[in-house]
Amino acid sequence: MYDFSALYEATSVQNAVELMQAHPSAVLIAGGSDVLIKMREGKLAGAELISIYKLDELREVTMDPDGTLRIGPMTSFSHATKSQLVQQHIPVLGESADTAGGPQLRNIGTLGGNICNGVTSADTASTQVAYDAMLEITGPAGMRKISIHDFYKGVGKVDLQPGELLTAILIPKESYKNCYGYYLKYAMRNAMDIATIGCSVNVVLSADKKTIERMRISYGVAGPVPMRARSAEAAVNGQPVSEATIELIGNAVLNDVNPRTSWRASAEFRKQIISETARRGLRAAVERAGGVF
Amino acid sequence: MEKKLVKCNINGKDVETYVDVRASLTDMLRNDYRLTSVKKGCEVGECGACNVIIDGECYNSCIYLAVWAEGKRIQTLESLLGPNGELSDIQQAFVDEAAVQCGFCTPGFIMTAVEVLETGKEYTRDELRKRLSGHLCRCTGYENILNAVEKTMKKRLGKA
Ligand SMILES: Cc1cc2nc3c(=O)[nH]c(=O)nc-3n(C[C@H](O)[C@H](O)[C@H](O)COP(=O)(O)OP(=O)(O)OC[C@H]3O[C@@H](n4cnc5c(N)ncnc54)[C@H](O)[C@@H]3O)c2cc1C
Ligand code: FES
Ligand code: FES
Repeated sequence: MYDFSALYEATSVQNAVELMQAHPSAVLIAGGSDVLIKMREGKLAGAELISIYKLDELREVTMDPDGTLRIGPMTSFSHATKSQLVQQHIPVLGESADTAGGPQLRNIGTLGGNICNGVTSADTASTQVAYDAMLEITGPAGMRKISIHDFYKGVGKVDLQPGELLTAILIPKESYKNCYGYYLKYAMRNAMDIATIGCSVNVVLSADKKTIERMRISYGVAGPVPMRARSAEAAVNGQPVSEATIELIGNAVLNDVNPRTSWRASAEFRKQIISETARRGLRAAVERAGGVF
Repeated sequence: MEKKLVKCNINGKDVETYVDVRASLTDMLRNDYRLTSVKKGCEVGECGACNVIIDGECYNSCIYLAVWAEGKRIQTLESLLGPNGELSDIQQAFVDEAAVQCGFCTPGFIMTAVEVLETGKEYTRDELRKRLSGHLCRCTGYENILNAVEKTMKKRLGKA
């Protein structure tokens, strides 16, 4: 038996907004794999819950006419991995989802919950950040669209105002076109473990596949929220596909990150993993794009 | 506390009951339907002892609200029993391979194995390891469990 004081089940997005306005202190629950755990730990004792679990219209992955990939925030990790559209256009998102928890967890945990929780270790978050996802947020005043980069406000804090919920994750065509990505999760166990470091890299190569035209790299657990390594990106853009570029990125990322020491790992160890995942991730992404070292 | 009518299909039978909205699916399956193969282990989604199949996919029922079961098809270990109490092939394989010691993790493992086997695909040992990785077993050391699943997979595919 869970320790909540009321459960309101939303019947539509509009109804969810109304419920949130009527019960301003209630907690929104999607797949519940963060909220219910907190509740078991006593952290949300006596809270009211608003469930959007039954809103199947938020579970679809579709393509907009302009080529924008539209991912329903209730899409589970496993359905993201299985989605044809994801496999075709942004397979690294499905691959990163496939590293979260274990098989049963991947059927319940959602891509929306993975960013709305504001957690730095969230396995799909770094890929969503690395692809400049746009977020569609619906609330009492209607719908607004913001960049995922403006969404994160701090540890566990995101830009969701009272009465608002995330209703779509959008990957613009310019973001995934000709782009090849790779995700590395470093953890102590191969399953059922939280990332010590998560690293998502993607590249667009020149037509002759000899130059890195655009590289984006994002980390989980390298700072308080999932973050891009912007100076490393600037350093690598325009560089040739070469061993020297691999060495370059390993050093450059260290200027961008700010990992901390926790019981899981020391800051020094995390820095070593950050360099190594940058090197390996860039190499793998370039190879997927058809580049040869 | 508020109660809600939940109608679903459990192990092939349409059923309904009023449940406390605070109940987990584990609570409902054990207390209302006496399906005690569904174990309470960690109750935070880590161990897989409470695993059941919902609409063809495995879920840890301890972190699934009972009211979410409305309209769903749920399968627990009890569904595997034959009409005269016979064990299914995968259950028999767990016995034959000594993949059961205290047995607490077994129903959860077997339901994941059922999902894996019903895909009708052949998996490597490493792929099976990954597919079974959402379960903890404190007794067997896992090898015999992997053997049981692998052997049943091969038998069903006519390769053993
Ligand atoms: C055993 C276990 C292992 C785990 N392992 C991993 C792991 O390896 N990697 C990983 O990244 N995570 C892991 N998690 C954490 C969790 O599964 C993920 O963060 C998941 O993405 C959360 O999604 P959810 O829908 O289940 O979350 P919920 O608990 O429903 O929601 C999480 C938060 O987001 C908010 N929210 C959810 N959806 C919306 C929305 N559409 N609009 C507005 N707010 C919303 C909720 O209010 C809540 O604050 C694990 C959890 C468990 C229990
Ligand atoms: S009891 Fe549900 S996962 Fe452990
Ligand atoms: S047999 Fe005892 S926990 Fe697995």
